[in-house]
Amino acid sequence: MIRTATAALAALLLAPGPAAFPGEIAPADKRSGFAEMGPALQAMQRDDTAHPGMLWVQDGADLWARAPSADAPACGGCHGEARASMRGVAARYPAWDARSGRPIDLEDRINQCRRTHQQAEPFARESADLLGLTAFVALQSRGMPLAPPDDSRLAPARQEGRALFEARMGQLGLSCAICHDDHWGRHLGAAVIPQGHPTGYPLYRLEWQGLGSLQRRLRNCMSGMRAEPYPFGAPEYVALELYLAERAAPLPLETPALRP
Amino acid sequence: MRLGRRVALTLLVLASAASATRAEEAGQPLRPVTIVGDAIPASLTGAAGDPARGRALVLDRTRGLCLLCHAGPFPEERFQGNLAPDLSGVGARLSEGQLRLRLVDGRRVNPQTIMPAYYSLAARTRVARAWQGRPILEAGEIEDVVTFLASLRGPARDQRTGP
Ligand code: HEC
Ligand code: HEC
Ligand code: HEC
Repeated sequence: MIRTATAALAALLLAPGPAAFPGEIAPADKRSGFAEMGPALQAMQRDDTAHPGMLWVQDGADLWARAPSADAPACGGCHGEARASMRGVAARYPAWDARSGRPIDLEDRINQCRRTHQQAEPFARESADLLGLTAFVALQSRGMPLAPPDDSRLAPARQEGRALFEARMGQLGLSCAICHDDHWGRHLGAAVIPQGHPTGYPLYRLEWQGLGSLQRRLRNCMSGMRAEPYPFGAPEYVALELYLAERAAPLPLETPALRP
Repeated sequence: MRLGRRVALTLLVLASAASATRAEEAGQPLRPVTIVGDAIPASLTGAAGDPARGRALVLDRTRGLCLLCHAGPFPEERFQGNLAPDLSGVGARLSEGQLRLRLVDGRRVNPQTIMPAYYSLAARTRVARAWQGRPILEAGEIEDVVTFLASLRGPARDQRTGP
């Protein structure tokens, strides 16, 4: 017994690495949070006529076609049919924005067009207008695999996102990776821990009784860790979104998804 | 094997922090804690805890949070977690002092543990404003939980403990 104890002690001292943690998800095991839901919710997500999130998408489609003022064109005035011009766009975001010299997510991108191409006030984060328009744009990529750009300018932020994902934070001292890399599929009380993929956003969450963005979801997880959430639009979220997209690819986009 | 690991952990803690008395993060000091081996033998308050209050804390998913990760001998509780060992019989496996250290700061036993340190402010980052400078449970609550856990001595079945 002493020998076992000594060997175990040596192992502990020599290998302080997280031996008990399985780490990153193997490509063959990657799956959307959709797989964690019961058949009733899955059916609701699949059926556009029963999906409550489609109401926001419909408002987004109307906004796409409506000019914000008499002398500014509608989104569709420049981009034409969204079905053609926006196909595959959401699967590439967040992406590098040369104008501001930083990575931006799809919500930011849409607000850039509001500001520079429509001379209109940007929509507030989490406003019904921005959520609906973003969901409408992302719907045009539904079913397409996430395809994060292979752009070296994104690498530092993506790396920062990964570091944030793996960092312990909050009063409970947990990290995103502890739940979503190491314990997905397990029960955290009543909730099954999903792998934490960003494939469905903006999505309709029953708990929210409305559509919400990926940033809102990340804030929910941070509150659960009793960590101080970043303000909406913070670069830390875009960094996390970049890492999440790379981690999830090539899972297909599901926007607008449905979640409990 | 299990015993071997226990001994190894004891040695590790002994080697690194024998009888360490810790002053907590500056600001609002917590009560000092004396670690002996892999245990904190003395009550944090000098008094015994209340097992009924301890039970309520363990079951409370917004205060104790235990059942998010652990299952235990609580057949009436639906949806118990499975990220951590079952708490059934834990009072027979661990002494009160060992239970106390695992609650106060399980990192002293297993540096990689995912179990939150319930009575420590050390090595924290980005704590939400409402929780800053506060342990997860107060000293008296730790004692309540320790006393309750110590009473879980049998195999998995409900062990209600009267006060
Ligand atoms: C005056 C023309 C104009 C209007 C109006 C306009 N855009 Fe754009 N949009 C552009 C141009 C040009 C680009 C290319 C990038 C750039 O120069 O900003 C672009 C880029 C985009 C992109 C990124 C495409 C990609 O491949 O990365 C999205 C998404 C987008 N616009 C959505 C919208 C939405 C939604 C609206 C309405 C709120 C809108 N745009 C209004 C001209 C316009
Ligand atoms: C204590 C475990 C835990 C931690 C820590 C945690 N999450 Fe989560 N996360 C969950 C659970 C559980 C859900 C699903 C919630 C539900 O269904 O009610 C979830 C959902 C998600 C989703 C949505 C997945 C989907 O299918 O829509 C994303 C994305 C996510 N988390 C990312 C993160 C990030 C990033 C962090 C770190 C900042 C984090 N989570 C920290 C448990 C955790
Ligand atoms: C975030 C998950 C998590 C939470 C919350 C949690 N624990 Fe734990 N706990 C663990 C894990 C994992 C272990 C296994 C030992 C290790 O990893 O260090 C453990 C170990 C223990 C042990 C030692 C068990 C043994 O058989 O050696 C006790 C006792 C314990 N926890 C009690 C509690 C109590 C009481 C609470 C609530 C006040 C609680 N835990 C909350 C994850 C958790």
